[in-house]
Amino acid sequence: MKPIARVNDFVVKFANVNGSGSASANGLFARAILRMGVPVAARNIFPSNIQGLPTWYEVRIVEAGWRGRRGGVDLMVAMNPQTWEKDVAEIEPGGYLFYDSTKPFPASKFRTDVNAIGVPLTAICNAEYTDARQRQLFKNIIYLGALSALLDIDPAEIERLFAEQYKGKEALLDSNRKALAMGRDYALANFACPLTLRVERRDKVGNRIFIDGNSAAALGAVYGGATVAAWYPITPSSSLAEAFAKHCGKLRTDKATRKHKYAIIQAEDELASIGIVIGAAWNGARAFTATSGPGISLMQEFLGLAYFAEVPAVIFDVQRGSPSTGMPTRTQQADLISCAYASHGDTKHVLLMPEDPRECFEFGALAFDLADRLQTPIFVMLDLDIGMQDWLTEPLAWDDARRIDRGKVMTAAALDAGKDFGRYLDVDGDGIPYRTYPGTHPSKGGYFTRGTTKDRYARYTEEGPAYVDNMQRLLRKFETAKMLVPAPAIKRATQATRTCAIWFGSTGAAMAESLAELDRQGIYLDQMRLRGFPFHDDVADFIADHDHVFVVEQNRDAQLKMLLVNECGIDPDKLISVLHYDGTPITERFITREIAEKARVFNVTPLRKVAR
Amino acid sequence: MTYLAKPKIHHPDLPKNALGFTRRDYEGAISTLCAGCGHDSISAAIIQSFFELDIAPHRVAKLSGIGCSSKTPTYFLGNSHGFNSVHGRMPSVLTGAALANRDLIYLGVSGDGDSASIGLGQFAHILRRGVNMVYIVENNGVYGLTKGQFSATADKGSKSKRGQVNSDEPIDLVLLALALGATFVARGFSGDKTQLVPLIKAAVAHRGAAFIDIISPCVAFNNHPGSTKSYDYVREHNDAVNRLDFWPSREPITAEYPPGGVRDVELFDGGRIRLHKLDDDYDPSNKVGAMTYLESRRAQGEVVTGLLYVHPDSGDMHDALETVDTPLNALSDADLVPGNAALAALNASLR
Repeated sequence: MKPIARVNDFVVKFANVNGSGSASANGLFARAILRMGVPVAARNIFPSNIQGLPTWYEVRIVEAGWRGRRGGVDLMVAMNPQTWEKDVAEIEPGGYLFYDSTKPFPASKFRTDVNAIGVPLTAICNAEYTDARQRQLFKNIIYLGALSALLDIDPAEIERLFAEQYKGKEALLDSNRKALAMGRDYALANFACPLTLRVERRDKVGNRIFIDGNSAAALGAVYGGATVAAWYPITPSSSLAEAFAKHCGKLRTDKATRKHKYAIIQAEDELASIGIVIGAAWNGARAFTATSGPGISLMQEFLGLAYFAEVPAVIFDVQRGSPSTGMPTRTQQADLISCAYASHGDTKHVLLMPEDPRECFEFGALAFDLADRLQTPIFVMLDLDIGMQDWLTEPLAWDDARRIDRGKVMTAAALDAGKDFGRYLDVDGDGIPYRTYPGTHPSKGGYFTRGTTKDRYARYTEEGPAYVDNMQRLLRKFETAKMLVPAPAIKRATQATRTCAIWFGSTGAAMAESLAELDRQGIYLDQMRLRGFPFHDDVADFIADHDHVFVVEQNRDAQLKMLLVNECGIDPDKLISVLHYDGTPITERFITREIAEKARVFNVTPLRKVAR
Repeated sequence: MTYLAKPKIHHPDLPKNALGFTRRDYEGAISTLCAGCGHDSISAAIIQSFFELDIAPHRVAKLSGIGCSSKTPTYFLGNSHGFNSVHGRMPSVLTGAALANRDLIYLGVSGDGDSASIGLGQFAHILRRGVNMVYIVENNGVYGLTKGQFSATADKGSKSKRGQVNSDEPIDLVLLALALGATFVARGFSGDKTQLVPLIKAAVAHRGAAFIDIISPCVAFNNHPGSTKSYDYVREHNDAVNRLDFWPSREPITAEYPPGGVRDVELFDGGRIRLHKLDDDYDPSNKVGAMTYLESRRAQGEVVTGLLYVHPDSGDMHDALETVDTPLNALSDADLVPGNAALAALNASLR
């Protein structure tokens, strides 16, 4: 079998047991390649479990810079006997199988079309270390060393990463270096290094950074001026709240007094989390919660209150596989409807849809301005794939001239100047009323916030006309929101076409690559990436300009399509769904195949067919 | 329901407090509750307390859940911001508000359905967190707004107006509050304003989670023979462990009370409570003793009222969180936004 030969364009997958300390070694593998100037797209695939179950780490080395999964594996690092059969089966013909050869495996466990690379990792470890934990941890570093020789990864880059990681802990630094060398030396002595898969130094990473979306979104919350966070632990959002705590510890602690310019409450449940957020925002602080689908379900009643009583709130929804408990450690985009129309009665909510960690930061900060400006809940729709995976992304940037926009807040001075204050009075015609913070003025501007119907001056009423008046104003406010949320990103195909594709969020990673491939195959699509809801007027116009519209999303029920049909009055037949919802991130191969097949059905004949 | 504003012209001779406010400045809209409702007496006690404490009405935020009791914040402190939130969830909203601005006074008003049934979880956790507030439950053992169903504080064996007998164990919120770490726990009776006003005043002065359970008979659905939360039952079975006076500062206290059975408790801000003990065995600084006493009297069918427990130098949630002295809602851009230089350093650590 001819081995796959590729430089800077292959997929390595690590099959591990969780809790074995492999994550650190695998992370070093990805970062060392980045330090060589070669982009990677890396994904942890992990179970809802702490110790003992299978976990995988997939690293796509991709000079072209694509950030999605490709599909398929060229080199499997099979460290988990439990998943051996499945892992071996996943390797592309001509690929490599790296394994621990300490104990002999029968020939039947191997594939004839796959090249096996056995390194006696356990034997090397046992000869060197007596402590069980050390044997376990250094085994990971030893395989990292062996891989560095096999794939031509510069060991100096790994050593530099060690030095950064173990600054001031010289003993650890030395022992890691030693373990790395053991693995390297074994590979160099026993195999022809490098293999036909190898990494070659480039300058394709530039100043990009490697960060997960949850951490970036939390940083967005810091820059957006959030001072109150209330949350309840739930995968995959917990690391967002924890990252906020970490960032605040560094960036928001008063240097003189060591006191905190923030407050974080781990609440008793998601109901309390959103309640705390609403209470804090009502009182003029910027507040958020981070949650996932089940938490959104629990928050529904409060979200209706925030909509109807017009209290700002920011909700980071890191979506996971659902319904119910679903697939807690898998990714989906399946909360669109439950967020867009959260709560009973007539409600509509503003959604922001970041495509990567960089936008998690930007939209994370923007969400707080929008919440104050629109006086309503703002959902930032992450998913597990963006939230919990490290992505290679443009560096985060901030304009120091930018100021916090607190929206329409009436001050004591304005009240004293005789401004007419009606909490639900539409003074400017944009549907957005003025509010006062509690404690503003001894005799003016006080009002009662309630979930019951009220008139323009916040007085309780059950009069039909007052109710309708208020609901119409809320619609006007939603119209205003269209112009404030990030506009869709529109890109034309290389040739004029009546076909287009629409998507949002993490789908973009595989989408960009797929569109390039389709273009190569002669299937041309104009492109629109949605970044916010309510939909900008451009969205309906763009769809009107096309005959066939592919809507690509990661859920079963075509929730984005539903929103488009419902909010833009579009003929559902015009929208062709491409749906991926098995919990793994959508791949370039999947999108390309689906679109190419469906495009043929409605007579978009590829102008030229190019073999892959 | 109509919104009836009272005439704004005040009688010139109305007495004023130290801030120049009259009692009228602490009133709200006309109550729409049933005539004779215990809750209206509680509203009156709240009005009197804040007037006498010389607290500017707008520096108080009043929050409630859903139910008859939760409607009452409309009927007092009309110039204060109020928040009639979600059934059983006032505690979380109040917690958030207290986080945002530590300088305001927070008054949570709830009922037995709101706090002991649907909201028992939030009731527990706000007390655990030591939120600086006064949490009042207007406890009538019945759902008034939905017309007379039992709540979770209705006594086992008590009879509804329709003759149904409650077979479930009652929840004693006072015992729960003690167990959960409230640092000021009292029980009052809406029909005893002399006892109630000083209790509310002392609770406002207390720093930390102050809880007052106020028995407040429902004239429409739970004031009949067979109810243990009727005016008659409470009056006949009330065991008041103490009466108290409250001074908001360290002014000298004129000793015009009999020395026997008097005890002064100093609060964090220098305010003082003087307790007139009616029961010699009762010590409000002993939490375990308080719990034992409550249970032993309950077994006798008695309702213990008074200041049941106070921790004189308790801390609050902001102490635990080590937040800055400036209210979080008043921090400036410079306080909040670290700027591009900090971001550049962060970017550098992520390569």
